[in-house]
Amino acid sequence: MPPRSPNAAHARLLEEIGSVDQVGIEERVAKYTTRSIKKSAKVWGLRMAVSMTDLTTLEGKDTPGKIESLCRKALRPHDDPTLPPVAAVCVYPAMVSRAKAIVGGSKVKVASVATAFPSGQTHFRTRLAEVRGAVADGADEIDMVINRGAFLSGDFARVEDEISGVLEACGKAALKVILEVSELETYDSIRAASFIAMGVLRPGDFIKTSTGKTTLNATLGNNQVMLEAIRDFFKDTGIAIGMKPAGGIKTAKQSLQFLIAVKETLGDAWLTNRRYRFGASSLLNDLLRQLEKEKTGNYQAPYNFSDSAESY
Amino acid sequence: MARASRDSGGNRGRLIFGDLWEFDPAPETADPKLSARYDLFIGGAFVKPRTGRYFDSINPANERKLAEIALAGKVDVDAAYRAASRAFGPWSRLPGRERGKYLFRIARLLQDRAREFAVAETLDGGKPIKESRDFDVPMAAAHFFYHAGWADKLKYVAPGSTVAPLGVVGQVIPWNFPLLMLAWKLAPALAMGNCVVLKPAETTSITALKLGEILQDAGLPPGVVNFVTGAGETGAAVMGHPSAAKVAFTGSTEVGKAIMRQLAGTDRRMTMELGGKAANIVFEDAPLDQAVEGIVNGIFFNQGHVCCAGSRLLVQEGVAGRVVAKLKDRIRMLRVGDPLDKNTDLGAINSAAQLSTIRRLVASGVREGATMFQPPCSLPEKGFYFPPTLFTGVTQSHRIAREEIFGPVLSILTFRTVDEAIEKANNTPYGLSAGVWTDKGSRILRMSAELKAGVVWANTFNRFDPSSPFGGYKESGFGREGGRQGLLDYASHA
Repeated sequence: MPPRSPNAAHARLLEEIGSVDQVGIEERVAKYTTRSIKKSAKVWGLRMAVSMTDLTTLEGKDTPGKIESLCRKALRPHDDPTLPPVAAVCVYPAMVSRAKAIVGGSKVKVASVATAFPSGQTHFRTRLAEVRGAVADGADEIDMVINRGAFLSGDFARVEDEISGVLEACGKAALKVILEVSELETYDSIRAASFIAMGVLRPGDFIKTSTGKTTLNATLGNNQVMLEAIRDFFKDTGIAIGMKPAGGIKTAKQSLQFLIAVKETLGDAWLTNRRYRFGASSLLNDLLRQLEKEKTGNYQAPYNFSDSAESY
Repeated sequence: MARASRDSGGNRGRLIFGDLWEFDPAPETADPKLSARYDLFIGGAFVKPRTGRYFDSINPANERKLAEIALAGKVDVDAAYRAASRAFGPWSRLPGRERGKYLFRIARLLQDRAREFAVAETLDGGKPIKESRDFDVPMAAAHFFYHAGWADKLKYVAPGSTVAPLGVVGQVIPWNFPLLMLAWKLAPALAMGNCVVLKPAETTSITALKLGEILQDAGLPPGVVNFVTGAGETGAAVMGHPSAAKVAFTGSTEVGKAIMRQLAGTDRRMTMELGGKAANIVFEDAPLDQAVEGIVNGIFFNQGHVCCAGSRLLVQEGVAGRVVAKLKDRIRMLRVGDPLDKNTDLGAINSAAQLSTIRRLVASGVREGATMFQPPCSLPEKGFYFPPTLFTGVTQSHRIAREEIFGPVLSILTFRTVDEAIEKANNTPYGLSAGVWTDKGSRILRMSAELKAGVVWANTFNRFDPSSPFGGYKESGFGREGGRQGLLDYASHA
């Protein structure tokens, strides 16, 4: 068989999974923003969002001290003892053992980005070694990036093989596959990449929008494309894949809109941190601030919440 | 995922749309500023009806009385036409830019009171507040703005000929978009220099009469616009009045035909915007989730009380199973209930009479062997409500595929080829609108040429703009509203 052109691979996959109309899907998600969530429904949503947060720090300047501070915050987000802890802390591989030492044994998982995050542009063997190292240090979850170069040149088989390889290296750790949506650009490509990833993932693994290191991150639009892909895949195979929008979700209001999208697209079974996560850092304190507002009727000053500065 | 499985609709995984996260009530609280009693608006003032009679306007969401509305008799309609005839001379001689200023003022005053009008519209008609807030009121203001812009440019509206107003225009509008239909009718008539006698529908007169307050505040010369309220008899008096130079009607095909019979042989001009039974056509290559969204918007917008509603879904057999499965999941998420709640997707049916029409036609669908699907939903005890309803296994011969239901009821038919889709879509006495969903641009162009419908939407549905003419083919009527074409229907040109 002669080699197929890259575009043919793309067209064939789309033919199989169907395409996305940009105008239509953006109209759909605009409706989520007109939902009005009040009182106990609001409190429920905000607490759910806290429990779904992957509290993240991915900076060159991360230190053991910063990681410790992040982990303490993850375990006890605020003075209110009834509040759930966040879902996980998300750190670089070098920080995994430090994080594990603090949150190990609690409900809070340690997630590590790996595979030459954020670009992924190094040898596959190096990326695999990074994953194995993070898992050996105690990471419960691995956030990998896909090979966008391979995807954009139409080499879908390579994208898929690499995800399989990383999955194997993960062992028991859950895998989150970052599509880096802003580099795929079109909704059609985001849908295609979602299906490529889901085709090899295990139930309970995730697909994830972005690294947070490019200009455009999670939006209601690309979140919706991925939710619909997860739904279609689930209905056809029975395999439930999780979803993690990351980057750009900074306010409690935004997070509620994302949760409405989950409720109306995937239903109740995805309203849990086993299937939906927010990759965020500054979001957490806004959630806490809104929860306090619901309780006391007043907005509290930023200094009433620990780790209030976005960056040190 | 093989292509074959695209039609199965997927049945390995079951989604749960339950009550894990129930939304609290989120009612809109703006004051609609209603009066207990509304009089007729004639000659720039609110006047008591000569009949001395009033009828109740109720809130279809809870069947409670909202206000009393004056019942206009023949003498009242005469008085309205006299006032309009007196006003016509000076109004039509005003420079266009002066008339434009009044229209701009009306548009701005309506925007200023947008929330109040939205709540009044929802209380009186039963439509969800999010629709009256985000669609009806802003779109009504947009029509006044658009035609205000034309008022001083009438020299250019029909290049090569001179346009002139017709005189006094009689207008009767329906209850599905009370304020918006009023704007569609008033704005072009006034911009062109005509005067108006308008009758709103008897179940939804309140926003027209509230607009009378705005016309007063805008300083519109007395008699340029007159509102007479009442039921069919009042409407017949408005349509049949000898002083009318033109009549414009939006409503059912049945009443439209009666008006045409009444006026046959006179020199009265007419425009008719009547019923519809639009086909929404989904091809295999369409982006299915967005098509489903368009289908939902097409039939459940305003509880299906839309003359151009996409009430017949034609779906290509290869994807029929999948589309229906997605539709069922989607309508489980529709929230039916209190129209004033900001999260309500489907509000109240406009009247008890309309509710019984819907029930009768739905019962005929079941009797004739179509399969009905309604998602589980609890409806309020008081008020007129009907759940979103799908019928599969519908053929061209079913009554629910032929008659306009004017409710949240979708009939689903299938087709195999493009020609069959065109044949089925056109196999109806109506021809108001149609929708086409496909990734293939050339097919859209072909369909838009071959579908006998006044509007063909491609990969969207129920989109409106003041600059875009709207109107029907065949028994859906004639004449256009909106755009240059709509304006010219209120002019004589030589």
